[in-house]
Amino acid sequence: MKAYTGKILYIDLNERSTRLASFDEDFAKEWIGGTGFGLKMLIDHLKPGIDAFDPENPLIYVSGAVSGTMIPCTASKFGVFAKSPATGFLGEGYSTGQFGAELRMAGYDILIITGKADKPVYIWIDDDSVQFRDASRLWGLTTWDTELAVRDELGDQNVRVSGIGPAGENLNRFAAIINDHYRAVGRTGLGAVMGSKNLKCIALRGTNDIEVAYPKELVEHCKDLYERAKGPATQKYRTLGTAANVLTMNAQASLPTNNYQSAQFDGAEKVSGELFKEEYIVKTQGCSACPCRCEHIAIAKEGSEFEGAVARIEYEPLMAMGPHCGVDDPNAIIKGIELANEFGMDAISIGIVVGFAMECYEKGIITKEQCGGLELNFGNGHAMIELIKMIGNRELIGDVLAEGSRMAAEIIGHDSYKWANQIKGLEMTGYDVRGLKTAALGYAVSRRGADHQRHGSYGHDTSGAVDRFSVGPERGPLVRADEDLYCILDSFIICKFTRNAWNGPYEELAEVYTLVTGIPMTAEGLRLAGERMNNLARLINMREGLTRKDDTLPYRTMHDPIPTGPAAGSFVSQEELDIMLDAYYADRSWSNEGVPSVEKLAELGLSAYADIVALAR
Amino acid sequence: MHNFVSVDIAKCSGCRVCEFMCSMEKNGAFNPTKSRIRVVRIYPNTNAALNCRMCEDPACVGACPRDALKQSEETGAILVDENLCNGCGWCVQSCEFGAIIIDSTATARMCDKCSDRENGPACVEWCPEEALTLTTTDLISQKTRIEAVKEMANTES
Repeated sequence: MKAYTGKILYIDLNERSTRLASFDEDFAKEWIGGTGFGLKMLIDHLKPGIDAFDPENPLIYVSGAVSGTMIPCTASKFGVFAKSPATGFLGEGYSTGQFGAELRMAGYDILIITGKADKPVYIWIDDDSVQFRDASRLWGLTTWDTELAVRDELGDQNVRVSGIGPAGENLNRFAAIINDHYRAVGRTGLGAVMGSKNLKCIALRGTNDIEVAYPKELVEHCKDLYERAKGPATQKYRTLGTAANVLTMNAQASLPTNNYQSAQFDGAEKVSGELFKEEYIVKTQGCSACPCRCEHIAIAKEGSEFEGAVARIEYEPLMAMGPHCGVDDPNAIIKGIELANEFGMDAISIGIVVGFAMECYEKGIITKEQCGGLELNFGNGHAMIELIKMIGNRELIGDVLAEGSRMAAEIIGHDSYKWANQIKGLEMTGYDVRGLKTAALGYAVSRRGADHQRHGSYGHDTSGAVDRFSVGPERGPLVRADEDLYCILDSFIICKFTRNAWNGPYEELAEVYTLVTGIPMTAEGLRLAGERMNNLARLINMREGLTRKDDTLPYRTMHDPIPTGPAAGSFVSQEELDIMLDAYYADRSWSNEGVPSVEKLAELGLSAYADIVALAR
Repeated sequence: MHNFVSVDIAKCSGCRVCEFMCSMEKNGAFNPTKSRIRVVRIYPNTNAALNCRMCEDPACVGACPRDALKQSEETGAILVDENLCNGCGWCVQSCEFGAIIIDSTATARMCDKCSDRENGPACVEWCPEEALTLTTTDLISQKTRIEAVKEMANTES
């Protein structure tokens, strides 16, 4: 097999030792890479029921099947897995930039880090040399300063760094792992897992060739693929970027506003993608091997309170710290994203948590004193920024909010769970699914909690392919098919911004897989692998106690109708959710309780894990 | 006057497709560290790809203690005598643009404009931003002059 390194590097922080293992072509073909590798390693290495901050929780880095090659927008993707401190279920996140290609060029497809260092360390991987280096000097630094300091210390500006800031160190449950300045393994709090291990970062330098099976044919194939990746299929991402969503979501009343109290924002025009492009974006740059380039870099304006702040603008963080907090000042949003990157916090969750706190404040449940004198009303950009710092440093009310919205609501009490917008403990993202009901099912069943990235099922609703305000059993197969495909995209790992540039897409993905790896593959083989991954993920979560009742939606999504706009009056009732869940489970050959059948597991080659199903009965 | 591959810094997105394609063209595998054109990103938003500029009176040729380097009069490309070069790296140190690498056979390598390649330099062909062009200093200054005059004309009117 080509492209794959076939190497798994085990790193034990207790003993400060390493061990190398290998995998073969059968393993590669069964699990593909990315998601598949991560889930397989997690189920095999996670001791059931341990705390996410237990030193034995394995922190797993994986490369994609085609990482390190010229396939558009895949070279530098990588994934990170562990038990999530936010959800207590499987934790999973993907990032890009330059780090992923370097991981494979250093000679590894999988890193598995266990144990806890007795004092802060960082891991320096220089091809086949692995060192544990003192990080006392780095502890407390922001992610950006850490990256620069590690490069200076190692004397090599091409070293790639994936690490945490103060939030990961202080076990913030939505701490992120940041690489290449603007890129994040953002969701499910994996930065806190890294922090719990006294691990500041992983620094990488790789110099090995990535060989592919059919170089000439691959280059030829990529000519057309590059043209498609630069064409209409990605135009949105190349021009306004995902920030273009602000106005479209606002028009259809699915733009989270004031902690999901509304789905339309009066100040939408002031924070639109168009406005950012016109007044704030200074440069659009790209990841490794990307012909699309989507990194829209914005700088806060001179004369504003947040002058000089730098951020990569995407819809999700923009939504979370903009409309969701009622903030219509682009400078405050840029500053908020910058702080999220520097502290190493999920730039979605931080905004959702701040919005939650704002509603608590306006309802009189948390006081000005608890907030250090801040007037935490919706729309107050200054207060938002100060609260983000307090959360990053775990000061005053920030210490409670750093636990994430689910646990914060438990601590704060007073029915605040009714406006803590999270699923399975993970904060909601930028689609108000009360009027996007296929997406609502996708969110409810998503394996890592509230998530649009495991299915993309909002596409059926927003395109008008289905009636977005009603439900029906046909939504089950739609979401199931989306999830299986997205597992494969996340296994290659293909940037989802190019998902529409692929023909099939299973057919072309299979063809390219073979050109790269030399391993025969079919479209059906890939689809089956995607289904296998989703079933394995279910088993991991079931082993951690997940049942049907966890496949649900935030209280507000199920009780408070959208107040205005074309989606006015819409919400998702338990009855509607049940209709869709029943259909989804049935389509997966899972029981009414969401438990995979023994026959399905056998069909997917997962019989070795059938005991998890037996225990669930 | 020799042509060379030059980058438009305003257009370069730092995507490193040039590095991927150069290494494939020259080594048959993907490996940016073996590319003869190398991308630099400086935060927050500066990107550029650098390679041999086929200098007049090139410093690298003069720096070589073994006389292993000479410049082609015809193309301006630096020719490396593989029998003489021992990878000592004095040429690397003398190049103002960091455009020379020493490969795993301890031999100096630099951009040769893919002179034997039908469609010209692979990096230029593949650059998604059209930020790379095979050009000369004369053409670069000509383009700059035209832009400057356009700008002045706009200001006048």
